[in-house]
Amino acid sequence: MRAWIRTSTSAFSQVPLLGWLFGALIAVALEHLVGTPLALALGLPKIPVLFGFVIMLKKPILIPSAILYVLCIYVVPIGVTTRLSISRTNRLAAELFRSPIVISVAVHLALLYAILHMWAGINDYRLLVLKLTLIAIMVTLSLNVINGYMGEFSCSHPGFMALGAYGASVFTVVLFVDDRLFGAAILPPALGPFMFPIALILGGLVASLGALAVAIPSFRTRGDYLAIISLAFMFIVKSLIENLEFVRGPRGLSGQPDWANLPTVFLWTVICVWIINNFVRCTMGKALNAVRDNEMAAEAMTVNTRRTKIVAFLFSAFWAGVAGGLFAHVLGYVNPGTFGIQKLAEVLAMVYFGGLNSVYGAVVGAVSISLLGEVLRPLEIFKWIIIPLLLILVMIFRPTGLIAFKELNVTNLVKPKQNPDEEM
Amino acid sequence: MPFLRIQEMSHDFGGLRAVHNYNLEIGLGQIRGLIGPNGAGKTTIFNLITGIYMPTEGEILLDGKKINGLQPHQIASMGVSRTFQNLLLWRHMTVVEHVKMAHYSKISYGLFGAFFGTSKRQREEAEIEEKAYTLLEMMGIRHLSDQVVLNLPYGAQRRVEMARALATEPKILLLDEPTAGMNPEELVQIMDIIRRAHGELGLAILLIEHRMKVVMELCEIIQTLDFGQVIAEGTPKEIQNDPKVIDAYLGKERPI
Repeated sequence: MRAWIRTSTSAFSQVPLLGWLFGALIAVALEHLVGTPLALALGLPKIPVLFGFVIMLKKPILIPSAILYVLCIYVVPIGVTTRLSISRTNRLAAELFRSPIVISVAVHLALLYAILHMWAGINDYRLLVLKLTLIAIMVTLSLNVINGYMGEFSCSHPGFMALGAYGASVFTVVLFVDDRLFGAAILPPALGPFMFPIALILGGLVASLGALAVAIPSFRTRGDYLAIISLAFMFIVKSLIENLEFVRGPRGLSGQPDWANLPTVFLWTVICVWIINNFVRCTMGKALNAVRDNEMAAEAMTVNTRRTKIVAFLFSAFWAGVAGGLFAHVLGYVNPGTFGIQKLAEVLAMVYFGGLNSVYGAVVGAVSISLLGEVLRPLEIFKWIIIPLLLILVMIFRPTGLIAFKELNVTNLVKPKQNPDEEM
Repeated sequence: MPFLRIQEMSHDFGGLRAVHNYNLEIGLGQIRGLIGPNGAGKTTIFNLITGIYMPTEGEILLDGKKINGLQPHQIASMGVSRTFQNLLLWRHMTVVEHVKMAHYSKISYGLFGAFFGTSKRQREEAEIEEKAYTLLEMMGIRHLSDQVVLNLPYGAQRRVEMARALATEPKILLLDEPTAGMNPEELVQIMDIIRRAHGELGLAILLIEHRMKVVMELCEIIQTLDFGQVIAEGTPKEIQNDPKVIDAYLGKERPI
């Protein structure tokens, strides 16, 4: 038995990323085709939304059917197709690998998008969860730049998100929406989707501007004291927006046009991951690590630590702001209450759960905490016992998070995992 | 004209005068030693030269230019590099990343290159990496280049720090107890490295050291410091027989 497990896992370790993506694509296609009849045949009311977990928690009697559904639709098809196509996908991956890396990455991303698109196409709830998860990835990654790579404890990210959300929302609502407060649209709404990136970038820049309030104190203080300054910043932003009547104060701003569709959110997430990953892997980005591990040594080795800190804060706040802008447009409504201590706890949990100083960690943390939050929803109050408990366990057994200090090397990721010439 | 000239430098910590009227002239290719009992102000002098502290009085001239008041990283990129008494390495970074980091001030691809991974950046990073490997080869730690420094033995960590200091392409190197905690074998190796840095790169070296063997063998002129003041200056031989130095280290002989 043990030997069988070992051989099968070693076989799966040779599956290239391309193979996994193909497998997943087939699984979601299968769900589209036979999902509904299969679910009904198994006695489920409809297709299980999040891999059957919600149904299992709501009606324990349906646990076997939900498990069976997940096995039939996801586990078995993915397992079988990846296993059978190992040599073929490896050959294809090798073929792609010979061409410029951009093409290979583009093919992988296109496949990933197709999978997400089809998976989210089943119902609107999935779509919303997916969009919010992608946004969570952006926020987590941007917070990881400060808390992981630079080793400061910043609590101001909800504040940056709020600035970005309001910056982008005011821009789009004033220009493109007939609004009671801001008056008629100034530009034709048809132009809107093309101006949306500008709105997001503007939101990001507003957040960067706000980040100066934390970046400048960071020259002189570190650690706990800076954490308190950043926490204060978050509360200042929240109260500021609550008291600004022209954005309707605590009642929140609504009427954002529905431009944050799945392709837009996906594209921005990819850009965010790409740029942050570029930054943290070059010597200039590694300067963040040098500042974290020993600031005096960094200065003595010609690193301009002030510049490094200010760049890190503004850069990180920019992406938090862009994520905030997307968040506002996904929900079509934003209020200052969203960006409080609860949001902070959520984002911090994602960062520390996933792992410090690592892009993988940020992705894993954001995805697992957002999905857990949705999946455990039927448990109501117990959700807030289970998630913190999980976090405590992770902190005990892996104090820096699940996947910490691991570089994301795209070349290694898309590389074929097996020499295509030798058969297995 | 000496490369580094310090004139009448004093530094106060609150009411305590840690360094008092300190003078130094050191030209390229010279090795100077700085000795003295614990707390005499040796490391403070290093911190003053590298800009971590600002002198209360006096001037520091590097190649004729006044450098007191500049940021430490500015002074470092003008050619003053150092090692630390208690090994200040970046514990999560690999050996080669340490050496690459020391090229920070020479990076010209800017933020745009850092964010978008331009071809200029790839080229520059490759250049820096090659230089780093050459230096690691010279230090005899090339085989450790992908190790995280935390996992290395102490002697190797010392070498990483030395490699990092040399990677800033300095003209003057300040070594703060480079042989502290080393066994005799490692001691011989590090002395060899210092000699090579001096001989091949023609650096000026200022050395704080407690082991008399090292100081006596390497330095041409030695200053002895006690309570922030230079109490003796001269060749190793003169210093060894100076009664004031013996007093500072061992205390005064009491008449019986």
